[in-house]
Amino acid sequence: MTANFPGPVPTVDLGAEPSTAEKRMTRARLSRRRLYLRRFLRSKGAVAGLVILGLLVLFALLGGEFTPYSYSDVDFAGLTAPPSPDHILGTDSAGNDTFAQAVHGLQRSLVIAVSVSALTTVISAFVGAVAAYLGGTTEKVVLGIVHFLLVVPSFLILALVSQKAGGDWRVLIVVLTVFGWMYNARVVWALATSLREREYVLAARFMGVGRVRIVLRHLIPNIGSLLVVTFTIGVVATVQGETALSFIGFGVQPPDVSLGTMLNDGADTVSSAPWLFYVPAVLVTLLTVSMALIGDGLRDALDPTSRSGGGA
Amino acid sequence: MTPAAEADPVLSVRDLEVSFPSEAGRVHAVRGVGFDLYPGRTLGIVGESGSGKSVTSMAVMGLLPDYAAVRGSVTLGTRELLGLDDRQMSEIRGRELGMVFQDPLAALTPIFTVGRQVVEALQIHQDLDRNAAWKRAVELLDLVGIPNAAARARSFPHEFSGGMRQRVVIAMAIANGPRVLVADEPTTALDVTVQAQILDVLQLARAETGAALILITHDLGVVAGTADDVLVMYAGRPVERAPVGELFARPRMPYTIGLLGAVPRVDSAERRPLLPITGNPPLLVDLPAGCPFEPRCPISVAECAVEEPVLTPVSPDGEHAAACIRAGHIADGRVDGAAIYPVPRAPVAPAAAIPRERRPAVLELDGVSKTFPLLKGTLLKRRVGSVYAISGVGFDIREGETLGLVGESGCGKTTTLLEVMNLRAPEQGSIRVTGVDVSDLADRRQERALRRKLQMVFQDPMGALDPRLTIFDILAEPLRAVGEANRETIGRRVDELMELVGLDPEHSDRFPTAFSGGQRQRIGIARALATNPSLVVLDEPVSALDVSIQAGIINLLNDLKAELGLSYLFVAHDLAVVRHISDRVAVMYLGRIVEIGTVDEVFDDPRHPYSHALLSAIPVTDPQVERTRERVVLRGDLPSPTDSSPGCRFVSRCPLHPALDATQRARCVAETPELTGAGGSDHLNACHFR
Repeated sequence: MTANFPGPVPTVDLGAEPSTAEKRMTRARLSRRRLYLRRFLRSKGAVAGLVILGLLVLFALLGGEFTPYSYSDVDFAGLTAPPSPDHILGTDSAGNDTFAQAVHGLQRSLVIAVSVSALTTVISAFVGAVAAYLGGTTEKVVLGIVHFLLVVPSFLILALVSQKAGGDWRVLIVVLTVFGWMYNARVVWALATSLREREYVLAARFMGVGRVRIVLRHLIPNIGSLLVVTFTIGVVATVQGETALSFIGFGVQPPDVSLGTMLNDGADTVSSAPWLFYVPAVLVTLLTVSMALIGDGLRDALDPTSRSGGGA
Repeated sequence: MTPAAEADPVLSVRDLEVSFPSEAGRVHAVRGVGFDLYPGRTLGIVGESGSGKSVTSMAVMGLLPDYAAVRGSVTLGTRELLGLDDRQMSEIRGRELGMVFQDPLAALTPIFTVGRQVVEALQIHQDLDRNAAWKRAVELLDLVGIPNAAARARSFPHEFSGGMRQRVVIAMAIANGPRVLVADEPTTALDVTVQAQILDVLQLARAETGAALILITHDLGVVAGTADDVLVMYAGRPVERAPVGELFARPRMPYTIGLLGAVPRVDSAERRPLLPITGNPPLLVDLPAGCPFEPRCPISVAECAVEEPVLTPVSPDGEHAAACIRAGHIADGRVDGAAIYPVPRAPVAPAAAIPRERRPAVLELDGVSKTFPLLKGTLLKRRVGSVYAISGVGFDIREGETLGLVGESGCGKTTTLLEVMNLRAPEQGSIRVTGVDVSDLADRRQERALRRKLQMVFQDPMGALDPRLTIFDILAEPLRAVGEANRETIGRRVDELMELVGLDPEHSDRFPTAFSGGQRQRIGIARALATNPSLVVLDEPVSALDVSIQAGIINLLNDLKAELGLSYLFVAHDLAVVRHISDRVAVMYLGRIVEIGTVDEVFDDPRHPYSHALLSAIPVTDPQVERTRERVVLRGDLPSPTDSSPGCRFVSRCPLHPALDATQRARCVAETPELTGAGGSDHLNACHFR
């Protein structure tokens, strides 16, 4: 059916089409990056998310200055002590200062979650898009690897490898990344196979644009919305994955702490010592919310058809 | 219009208004449409996209979504249709109102046989047992021209071609003898030879049922041939209504005059530039007071912006009405004797002065063939045959020349283009671009150097521009691809290009979504010109655009060709456009060129029976010519392209073939005809007997 129900409307009005007068771009042309930034900052939610994330980062970096204790200091005078002027957020059953642990745990979790999520997103985007664009044997081989890794019980391997490394958080990043990119790569591949048939991709090929360039300029940006969502969900999922690993005794090992281990310890004593659970819980929630807000803002900023981006 | 006096109208629409909510405000898609439809007559509703013609038909059928606000009155006989609920409307739809949709594939359910679908249409409204319904269904399918209907009724929709599916849809629409048939762009998705068949079937169906027909289309040629009365719509309103002959002979509304001037004529060798209507149709949100066409109207006066004119009779008998306050001054396409639309200056190509033979060739194809394997099996694919997409295609394009490549869908036009654009050695034959044989290209550097000379403009102005790039980046891409890195140089070139195609360089930092279809196509053209190519390949560059916008693009292409000395390889299914823009034309059928020559030779004196039929199928925007000329309507559809047996591929549909004697017929089947011409002429055709 061809009923012309209303849709997005063009906003450039060029009533007078061919002009004879010599015309030049008078003002500085806005680059794509500047346009995206402008559209991103126009979204209130995105800015709020950015502010929350900024505060969290500041807290993780500078929070240690506000307490005399370090995360591994043990205060035998106050075991499981409620918040007091001495320990602003109380202590846990071993006498560790909760504030100091929260600062350190946030630091760990931020580094692990953000880097793992960023790495998996980048790898999955590139691998998926390249496989889709090149097609043929490359596509078959890459899909074979992806499908093989998807059926491997990665959680077990994760547990084994991270235990061997003695709970080193850097090894954890590598391992989580290595076993985390396949599923997204599969999704990216499926989307990119439909994009590679688009005329603008054909146009770029006929202009002599190189293959890698086409993938980077035309395929990946057009699945940007998906990647942004993947990234934000990935951050949250990594915190959870790391928590789960820590819970069964792998992942981050004591005396090192992460938000995951703190949540895990605090969950046992929610009723008797609620501060032990709520402090890391609030931090995880803030991290999740900020990521979701930034994700939404980025998606709208990157998507030119989105109305929330304004007229730029 | 004699029957008007005798009969009562079967369908009467009064003050119909439809609006939709949208984020930008209420969209008033239809603003006061009124007409009377008399039994046995055909009303053509013409307009560009967004003019409200389809929404009008949906409102009549009661198919608008719930959120649409509909006001006014639609009476069928004596019954008011607006305000009926869906159950009541379902009683009427199919029985009293029949509908033919644009896309015949989407209008049929893929999982039932076509016979069963016709039976369903019959049994909903009539008390028929299964055998009687089946018998009636076969009769109906036979009536609309499905060959061997009894057997074919058991086939599924995907086993039919587009034209055959549309026949089935028509059979379903007339199954219950409706009083009104509504056909919404019934031939837009079809090839021109099939379009001619379908229009005939529609007329037959109308005559058979005695129904009145509402024909909605953007194609003025279709209206000229089939409609009795015409309603021209603009911005949700009828702006002119007249009997068809009167409308084409004496249009009184500047918009109608503009539309008629914007369409190229297939029957005219004259190369005057088309008359584009500047600007774009208004957005139907918060329309300002005054005539909606006023901003685009070349003869608007101050009063035009004050109040919106209503449809008022302009002829003594009241049959011809126009909504223009200056209609009284307009006669013969002129206002007070002066041309309404100034004729643009015709560009003169400097290359035209040099005889064709002395100009260098920019593209030479010789015996190019391409086959696609037919694979079978799920795990291990084995080749069970080949699709002969193109075979033995050869032509050349000289500097400053346009070659039009025409033919129905599936004839190999696009494959030919892609073979050229791929810059790879073809399976057979040779391709030379600006004298360089593509099989000699040794590395990517040489390939890139050749790509500079060869650029392409795509059909779909939405799909060909990456939505994530700004116009600047889109135009800079070909420059960067050929190794231009200096920002300053690229910036200057982008400004130049924007201006060359009539866009404002100030807008180069916007995204493609901010532009209308015509503007996007201009951007696509600008991108193709970025590297100063010698040859531009144009794949249906105007088929996605409205006629008034299309004219501007065609004129732009002609200007650019003259100004920059370009050569075009132009592929289009609209033969009128091809005639207007091409110097030479090649007609393709099933992967082979069947006729090639200068555009006037081929169009005025087609030799090959296929070219003859193809050309005669095109509707002309002149009711007098359209209704009196003799048409060759081809039977059937394209045969399968997997057959490689020798002989003429057109034999199954050839109108000449049955007239030949037995030995000649045997020759057609046994011997593949070569492209030959009389004497030394370069007007060649591939028929043994022409």
